[in-house]
Amino acid sequence: MTPTPDTLSQSGDRGFLDPAVAAPGLFGWIFSTDHKRIGLLYLYSVTAFFIVGVLLGLLIRLELIAPGETIVGAQTYNALFTLHGVVMIFLFIIPGIPGAFGNLVLPIQIGAGDVAFPRLNLLSWWLYAVGALLALGSLFSGGGPPDTGWTFYVPFSVQTTTNVSLAVFAVFLIGFSSILTGLNFITTIHRLRAPGMGWGRLPLFIWSLYSTAWVQILATPILGITLVIVLLERLLGTGLFDPARGGDPIMFQHLFWIYSHPAVYIMVLPAMGVVSDIIPVFSRKPAFGYWAIAFSGIAIAAAGSLVWGHHMFTSGMSDMAVLVFSLLTFIVAIPSAVKVFNWVATLYKGAISLDPPMLFALTFVFLFAVGGLSGLILGSAGTDVHVHDTHFVVGHFHYVMFGGTGMAFFAAMHYWLPKFYGRMYNKRIATFAWALMFVGFNVLYFTMKLVGLKGMPRRYYDYVSEFHTLNLISTVGSWVLGLGLLILFVNLFRGLMRGEPAGPNPWGGASLEWTVPSPPPVENFPEPPRVTHGPYDFREAGIL
Amino acid sequence: MSETPHRDDLGARFGMWLFLFTELLLFGGLFILYAVYLARHPEAFARAGKELSLPFGTVNTVVLLTSSLLVALSVSALQRGSRRLCLWLLAGTILSAALFMVNKYFEWSAKIHHGIYPGSPEMAGRETGEGVFFSLYYVTTGLHGVHVVVGALLLGWVFVLVKNGRVDSGNHVLLENAALYWHLVDLIWIFIFPLYYLIL
Repeated sequence: MTPTPDTLSQSGDRGFLDPAVAAPGLFGWIFSTDHKRIGLLYLYSVTAFFIVGVLLGLLIRLELIAPGETIVGAQTYNALFTLHGVVMIFLFIIPGIPGAFGNLVLPIQIGAGDVAFPRLNLLSWWLYAVGALLALGSLFSGGGPPDTGWTFYVPFSVQTTTNVSLAVFAVFLIGFSSILTGLNFITTIHRLRAPGMGWGRLPLFIWSLYSTAWVQILATPILGITLVIVLLERLLGTGLFDPARGGDPIMFQHLFWIYSHPAVYIMVLPAMGVVSDIIPVFSRKPAFGYWAIAFSGIAIAAAGSLVWGHHMFTSGMSDMAVLVFSLLTFIVAIPSAVKVFNWVATLYKGAISLDPPMLFALTFVFLFAVGGLSGLILGSAGTDVHVHDTHFVVGHFHYVMFGGTGMAFFAAMHYWLPKFYGRMYNKRIATFAWALMFVGFNVLYFTMKLVGLKGMPRRYYDYVSEFHTLNLISTVGSWVLGLGLLILFVNLFRGLMRGEPAGPNPWGGASLEWTVPSPPPVENFPEPPRVTHGPYDFREAGIL
Repeated sequence: MSETPHRDDLGARFGMWLFLFTELLLFGGLFILYAVYLARHPEAFARAGKELSLPFGTVNTVVLLTSSLLVALSVSALQRGSRRLCLWLLAGTILSAALFMVNKYFEWSAKIHHGIYPGSPEMAGRETGEGVFFSLYYVTTGLHGVHVVVGALLLGWVFVLVKNGRVDSGNHVLLENAALYWHLVDLIWIFIFPLYYLIL
């Protein structure tokens, strides 16, 4: 890597953000094939839907603040948690980090000018956008908002008169978008690495996107066909999941989870990649166990594809199947723990600076560990039968999804966005927002686990009065978390619009994206870079 | 936006192969259902399978295999610089696709005419296993039919590009990828045909 060309980072240089480099107005964005503009499109859309999901979640918590009907009735409550799930999973977490930060960072980190198929990349965003609009449209058309939960379980999803068909079709489109993104990333990583960028010099974020992309390609088609069959069941009455006509609803559950469990890793692997990239930079040490972290991602992707049955322990599988799925589930914990230990070992004797990206990354490690360990309680069949379909499950997956992927998303925002806007946010306010969120998060979701252990089932708008205190505490936690999020977004927005110039390398990173100006120019690199050292070789990069 | 667009034929083929894997997995879900329901209702499947028309299935198999040969030849023709021959062979492939769909239309119509379709009074009177068989038959061959149409449209588009010289002997990866897609359509049929028409 050549030394940073300071000449390119003159103030006033807007790089790819300059309106002059694209078609005027909105068209310069929605028809741009520049990976950075597409990445920002994704960022804006997933953030918008995240806020929608948060508002729905706050309403759910508000309903549960006291027993009985507080603000909404049963049917509205069902629609609320269905939409919260569909919006958060299909519109935020799955496309979130790969769509926004994968697109923004991936080509620059490997020294390429763009992804392998820029137009296909734009198509991915369009499919996502149309799918998202249709999903929202399902609220206001047909028989009313879907009330099946995000899992669309048959037979209810086939029988309900609410607008499941449109929602299912929307998810199908979004799945297609996810497949095309995965295909694009794999090809890009294989074909467009700069000279000298060997596999051992790929930043760990790239490795995580690589394993994620394979899961996207191999698992999502199964969701596609499952949703197509649900649509045909509803429209033509094919009866493939209807026991009265020779079908089997359990087959739906199998096919659904063959995708939807690996999808959990589509959500969390990129988050692990973000954390693996951030921790070395803020510890001023090369990543400990580079290959262990890289390959444990592949191992998670592989083993995670074989554990879908642990969602169905109470569905009526044979004891043998339960045993095998339980064992495989425990095996997935091994590569996950390998990552956690390697992150901790990277921190060991490092010169740690607790800037906001690092705070969120460390929060990921802590909350993911709590969530992951509670996952083992669910993975062992005996205890699962006790807590199945209780708030314990809800608490568990919010720890890994929100505490894991959500926090990593915020880490990525605080880490990379100064690069793409060229401006820095207020770090003290960001730290304050982080503290509020950390407290609010644990109050909100840990009490959920407790009330779940006491036996409170999920997906009911009402509960017995014994659960009142814990639910009240949990709802108060949701307000603290919500306030923290508000401060976080306002602070980021103000900083990225009007903050101090960030400079090309605000954090002292050694990977390629920190060698180009902030914001990067349209073509990323004036001439193809030659890579001479690894992504965490701070000494060779001249930073230490 | 740049004056010389980046070109990577190997990358384009690589991407196409990845996409073909996703298509295989899409049909994979239906083959899983076939396997499970065959194990549950072996006798009903055997009875129902014998009602499918072997002549129709065989003709369509021959048509598709021939079309696959034609499209492979069209790629070779273009590589050797013979654009006219390539266009004729492509036209033959698209014609075969049309022939396949016409055949399929008559086959489905005959079935529907006999009251064999999901939710019909005829099916209500039969064993549930036969109902599942025919539902799977319609969904699988229907989805395959959609792929035949998409493949034919794709080949038609490439036909136009070859005709006006945008795809030629020096730049034919688009034709190769369209041909790969067409081979996939053929390949899936190679599995559907024995499973539904022959082994039961």
